[in-house]
Amino acid sequence: MQLIACPWCGEREEAEFHYGGQAHVPYPAKPADLDDEQWAQYVFFRDNPKGPFAERWMHAAGCRRWFDALRDTATHQFLSVHRMGEEPRA
Amino acid sequence: MSNAFRVDALGSVDRDKSLSFTFDGREYTGHPGDTLASALLANGVHHVATSIKYGRPRGIMTAGVEEPNALVQIEFPFPEPMLTATTVELYDGLVARGLSGQGRLSTRPDTARYDTVHAHCDVLVVGAGPAGLAAALTASRAGVRVVVVDELPSPGGSLPGTAPACEWVADVTDELSANSDVQLLRRTTAIGYYDDGLVLALEKRTDHLGAAAPAHVSRQRVWRIRARQVVFATGAYERPIAFDDNDRPGIMLAGSARTYLGRFGVLAGREVVVFTTNDSAYLAATELADAGARVRAVIDARSEVPAHWLDACAARGIEVRAGQAVSGTSGAERITGVRVGDEEIGCDLLLVSGGWNPAVALFSQARGTLRYDGVLGGFVPAGALDTVRTAGAARGVLGSAEVVSDGAEAALGALAALGKTAGEPVALPAVGDAPAGAPGAVLWQVPGSDDAQFVDLQRDQTVADVLRATGAGLTSVEHVKRYTTIGTAHDQGRTSGVLTSGIVAAALGVDIAELGTPRLRPPALPVAFAAFAGRNRGELFDPVRVTSLHRWHVEHGALFENVGQWKRPWYYPVGGETIEEAVLRECRAAREGVGMMDGSTLGKISVQGPDSGELLDRFYTNVMSSLKVGRVRYGVMCGVDGMVFDDGTVLRLAEEEFLVTTTTGNAAKVLDRMEEWLQTEWPDLRVRLTSVTEHWATIPLVGPRSRDVLALVAPTLDVSNAAFGFMTWQDTVVADVPARVARISFSGELAYEINVPAWYAHTVWEALYAAGGPFGITPYGTETMHVLRAEKAYPIIGQDTDGTITPQDLGMSWVVSGKKDEFVGRRSFDRAENRRADRKQLVGLLPVDERTLLPEGAQIIATETVPAPPVPMLGHITSSYRSDALGRTFALALLRGGTRRVGETLYVPLEGRTVAVTVTDPVLYDKEGTRRDG
Repeated sequence: MQLIACPWCGEREEAEFHYGGQAHVPYPAKPADLDDEQWAQYVFFRDNPKGPFAERWMHAAGCRRWFDALRDTATHQFLSVHRMGEEPRA
Repeated sequence: MSNAFRVDALGSVDRDKSLSFTFDGREYTGHPGDTLASALLANGVHHVATSIKYGRPRGIMTAGVEEPNALVQIEFPFPEPMLTATTVELYDGLVARGLSGQGRLSTRPDTARYDTVHAHCDVLVVGAGPAGLAAALTASRAGVRVVVVDELPSPGGSLPGTAPACEWVADVTDELSANSDVQLLRRTTAIGYYDDGLVLALEKRTDHLGAAAPAHVSRQRVWRIRARQVVFATGAYERPIAFDDNDRPGIMLAGSARTYLGRFGVLAGREVVVFTTNDSAYLAATELADAGARVRAVIDARSEVPAHWLDACAARGIEVRAGQAVSGTSGAERITGVRVGDEEIGCDLLLVSGGWNPAVALFSQARGTLRYDGVLGGFVPAGALDTVRTAGAARGVLGSAEVVSDGAEAALGALAALGKTAGEPVALPAVGDAPAGAPGAVLWQVPGSDDAQFVDLQRDQTVADVLRATGAGLTSVEHVKRYTTIGTAHDQGRTSGVLTSGIVAAALGVDIAELGTPRLRPPALPVAFAAFAGRNRGELFDPVRVTSLHRWHVEHGALFENVGQWKRPWYYPVGGETIEEAVLRECRAAREGVGMMDGSTLGKISVQGPDSGELLDRFYTNVMSSLKVGRVRYGVMCGVDGMVFDDGTVLRLAEEEFLVTTTTGNAAKVLDRMEEWLQTEWPDLRVRLTSVTEHWATIPLVGPRSRDVLALVAPTLDVSNAAFGFMTWQDTVVADVPARVARISFSGELAYEINVPAWYAHTVWEALYAAGGPFGITPYGTETMHVLRAEKAYPIIGQDTDGTITPQDLGMSWVVSGKKDEFVGRRSFDRAENRRADRKQLVGLLPVDERTLLPEGAQIIATETVPAPPVPMLGHITSSYRSDALGRTFALALLRGGTRRVGETLYVPLEGRTVAVTVTDPVLYDKEGTRRDG
């Protein structure tokens, strides 16, 4: 069971967290302006890199706040965690 | 004959006390401190079990957890299958029997307690042998928090039972025990290393007490130890050699025979042959000889034997045969002789040593890399990790003094990593080590009959099986492991893993260093499910949620349905009614008189703040911000993919406050989703969300007489349709309790949803029940609720939908606003896939035979006979009931192009027949909505 450092609460066991998929995939400002393929890219497609990956996590059994993390998908190691809006991009 | 193989003055069993036990129906005695295996050997019993595949007699091959052979079933005090005799501590009254491969689970429930404990420490030391004790003492003297786990009843590991070693162990143990920052856990085995320094260990607290185990003490517990630094001082396991008939009872690993002699005072045989590739077995040969055994010969695969061992053997009359090998054995129930070249040497015990495999399973789980050591013939840790290190024999270090120093070194490394200063150095035990010897030879197999040479004895897998795997084209040891099942039994490859690698490498002509050894995964030994479950069993397995009215339901005979974690009344049978009879009665009451139900499990979210309306507009497919205070609106929310996610009603309580209701099962998911989008997409919106599901009890009062009943208990409320219209709410007083009443109907009937603070639920419910008495008020459960709503085609999200259904598919285009440019999911409605005419759509189905009740989930096809596969499936049934109002059965279904098929006859294939059904509009009852206002 990994320890994940919630940027608000500190290290907690991973069972307290929910995974939220790839970070920095904002809801499009004007979905109506997108064609079907662009919209499908937003709805259905996400990156799946081997290595560092910017992800969203939520401390579900704690402060219930969403945060961003940079995690290595090959080693599962968290490289950094950031409060929403404070994060540098991967 | 009792304890005829017990040797005076050796071992630490308590000879002043005798323990009686029964094995395979015969009674024996042993002593406190014995294992079942040592007690059997003391009584001359070697044939303990029978092999699973070939039915071959099997004996006791080792003295610990690496045992692949001596499988036993305990019959008393509590039936327990598949234990190894080498790890069962003897107790008085034990009844056990040998197994032929498989045990039998108890038919009685296990009443013992199991527990979980959390521990945190700076340094965790696994193993309390010489290396582990030195590591623990070094760490403890630096003032850090230390946990030591050791699988044996007392520390010391493989240290000899001689006085200087025992004194050193006692001194170290005393010092550790006196330190309040040190926790020394005996009978505790580390079973796995997980991320970030988490080690799970199983502590057996009362197994060794048998029937005398106190009930208030948990039998076993799982320790979840979170350590900043871990030192694995896990020792090494001796490696067998593959030769013909190497599985007979009386064939034992040489080091294990030393353990039986040194720890238990048991001589495992009187006529002994030793077969070795290395120096370590000479200790066994000489010690057994000194204890009275006749050691007929030491067969050493090496051509050169160190002079001091030749001298030691000569002094005891032991013949040493260098450069030779045991090529086979004879015997029936027990070994009677070995074959060396053309010669047969009689014996009742053959000791084998093929070298030592460092115990690297846990280090390997910590992602430590292993390297092949050509001298050792085994895999050793390639180096320490930042937080994990190994010490002693686990690192390939041999010799007691070296091992102790190595343990201290490992602890110093851990302390340095923690930034701690070491304390006083640890004194070395005064143990006389043997003079430097010669390196061992690496020998996997003696040429012979591959199918008589066992590699994994418990799985009955031979060299021939390994070669069959490589012959089938497998080149990875991982694949060979899975093809043969080698290494998957109790010992988890402790005896067979490296041997398999050696045989595979030889067969494929590859370097074993490149080939590697199968990854050693947790748990490192079998663990009872009960131990993992701990207290989370029975009622504590999962939280059970009940409403504040639960007791009333129980007292009135309700049967309950599990909805998520909730217990909801399912139906209330009266006078021996079947579920069918009860539900028909409950439905009739709600449609013709008055019914009431407990709707408290309905999810409720308080949405507050100036932007509440804006937030809801972005989630719901219709407009919520235009809702006037005092009014109620039904809404549907979709995912970004446009599929229905949840539905429910929204009450506007104030200009800046809404109450959102969700389905029972989705309450947490809806709140999660709203919080997520509020935090991640729209942090600028000024909205606060609070779950108030448990704060309010909700009682739907349903049916044409509901107005009469409510009028009686809410005398200050004008219940007339003009004053209290459909889809409005009012704060009022019901049964002298402040209440919020809403005109909401999930049945199509005139209905009031009465919400009161949960504390008052019982009072209000009783008042309604009493007031409704003259009208025949009938409590009903979820089954009736489902029938009533299905007659009106109100979908249940998750039953009539499955995440691939849009509001349009449900025939609810009306709930999708044409005014709003944007809400979550809207863009997806315009995707080509979501506009296809042949999408599955919600329809009603009427079986042509009005009595036939279709099973939910049944498929729908176009023809009366089932065509050859693949059968074109048109859809499936999502809800199916018997209707009192319709006087017949009916169903809801998701049907491809369903809206256009209304009127068609289709077929539902069931076992051995098809049922004809007519497709209808989904709304089957009161389509005009004439009943909702009473």
